[in-house]
Amino acid sequence: MNQVFGVPLPALFGQLMLGLVSGCFYAMLSLGLAIIFGMLNIINFAHGALYMMGAVFTWIALEQFGLGYWWALLLVPLVVALFGVVVERTMLHRLYKLDNLYGLLLTFGIALVMEGFFRQRYGVSGLPYSIPDRFAGAFNLGFMFLPKYRAWVIFASLATCFATWFVIERTPMGAYLRAATENPKLVQAFGINVPVMITLTYAIGVGLAGLAGVLAAPATQISPLMGSNLIIVVFAVVVIGGMGSILGSVVTGLALGLIEGLTKVFYSQAANTVVFLIMALVLLVRPSGLFGKER
Amino acid sequence: MGLVAPFVVYPIFLMHALCFALFACAFNLLLGYTGLLSFGHAAFFGAAAYTTGYTVKMMGLGPAAGILAGTVAAMVLGSVFGMLVIRRQGIYFAMITLALAQLVYFFFLQSSFTGGEDGIQGIPRGHFLWIINLGDDRKLYYFVLAIFLVGFVVIHRTIHSPFGQVLNAIRENEPRAVSLGYDVNKYKLQAFVISAALSGLAGATYAIVFTFVTLTSADWHTSGDVVLMTLLGGMGTVFGPIVGAFALVSLQSQLADKVGSFVTVIMGGMFIVCVLLLRNGIVGELSGLYYRVVGRRPD
Repeated sequence: MNQVFGVPLPALFGQLMLGLVSGCFYAMLSLGLAIIFGMLNIINFAHGALYMMGAVFTWIALEQFGLGYWWALLLVPLVVALFGVVVERTMLHRLYKLDNLYGLLLTFGIALVMEGFFRQRYGVSGLPYSIPDRFAGAFNLGFMFLPKYRAWVIFASLATCFATWFVIERTPMGAYLRAATENPKLVQAFGINVPVMITLTYAIGVGLAGLAGVLAAPATQISPLMGSNLIIVVFAVVVIGGMGSILGSVVTGLALGLIEGLTKVFYSQAANTVVFLIMALVLLVRPSGLFGKER
Repeated sequence: MGLVAPFVVYPIFLMHALCFALFACAFNLLLGYTGLLSFGHAAFFGAAAYTTGYTVKMMGLGPAAGILAGTVAAMVLGSVFGMLVIRRQGIYFAMITLALAQLVYFFFLQSSFTGGEDGIQGIPRGHFLWIINLGDDRKLYYFVLAIFLVGFVVIHRTIHSPFGQVLNAIRENEPRAVSLGYDVNKYKLQAFVISAALSGLAGATYAIVFTFVTLTSADWHTSGDVVLMTLLGGMGTVFGPIVGAFALVSLQSQLADKVGSFVTVIMGGMFIVCVLLLRNGIVGELSGLYYRVVGRRPD
């Protein structure tokens, strides 16, 4: 039994694993989008650009400052989060009283500026980043080879998602956050500094995108366009899953990554579009999304 | 003004701007008058451009019939999109239209009839009504101007009809419109289809003017362009999108050779400035200023 529907098993598992890796990125990004939307009521169009920024900064850290992968893993998300703080304090916070369309338009503008800037500086061809030595090679699982770096990406992003879930659902800080998402005025009246919480929330959501960028750097081609290609898929993921629950975002992200991987094996022409087709189907059957509650 | 313009300014530039002005006006019907932000309007523009290009080049249709075919294609696509997208409200509307447009983009990229990365080249401009040779830029200009005016009048009539009033009510207060007994989704769908069809008219004309269609016309950057044109000129104003389209098209044609991909940075910067400082757009601010000076409030 080496084949399934004429597809060799190692190839099938290989694609499934690749799908799982992209599913991890979908999960981390849609998680960040959902947290930001919950608190700021803004869809952060710049999320893809910030992911790209994370990857490019990882490359810059190595090329210009000689800082390796581990330093990048620690510092780059912080730098991206700091950038998020600046964006929120200088621009986004002026929009909270307006229709949330303006937030989308503003962050779209920010995404264009970032993409254009990096494109001008680094061109569109991919920047190379080699896999750190510790993760060179692959595990032999008997039925397939699992490259160590991909295993690390899956582990690290699942751990990050779990940590985010834990902080929001199981700590006092998370309780404030959930309360402020539900009713900011009341929480403010209890003496909690809601504006600071909003800034922090944006920083954390954006930091997650930066972290995803660092993880992606050795696994994919680093290019200024990597963010905009991804964000559109992530939007579809968010529409499918709904932004109601953290677990929902993560599960939807992973599942769609796997489905994409499977599509690559069986009908590769549709691999780019399968997520959008599923979105259309979900809209027909369950308009509010699989885990969604309509606001 | 429109009649003597081609003797002063390069006609191709004018036609380019007119196509996008119509596109932006059609888009404004949705954003400015119904309050729905679509981030996927390039799909209609592109679908019509490809349909026109294909029917005129491969099937030998005349330019007018080709443009009609393109417009109908955009209308059909708009009906399908519309039925899916009105199922969700608010911010999801933008995300869904963007994702559906990306689906269309990949379809064009992979289909054989679109020529993939190369697009459709060498579309004949042909003759309008068998006699008027549209190969001549000036004659084509008047043809395009006529199409633009037809589209503009349709939009103008739509906005100022009872139907348009209902759209306005939906934008201002959707629950209220529902409670007054309007079938809000039906109105939204109709507005969406009209907007898609007229965006298609613009895209179809664009294909005839430039005699080629490429993937750029269905790209999400094009969707972003039309949003910026409307925002810059002033959403919810009659002339704003036209001003925005002319401003942006001239900016792009001036800068494209000089600064390369830095154009994207400038466009992004304009988005930021418009949202933070100029939310009523150029026309909105100017008319506001006018009424302040004259001392009358706009109704």
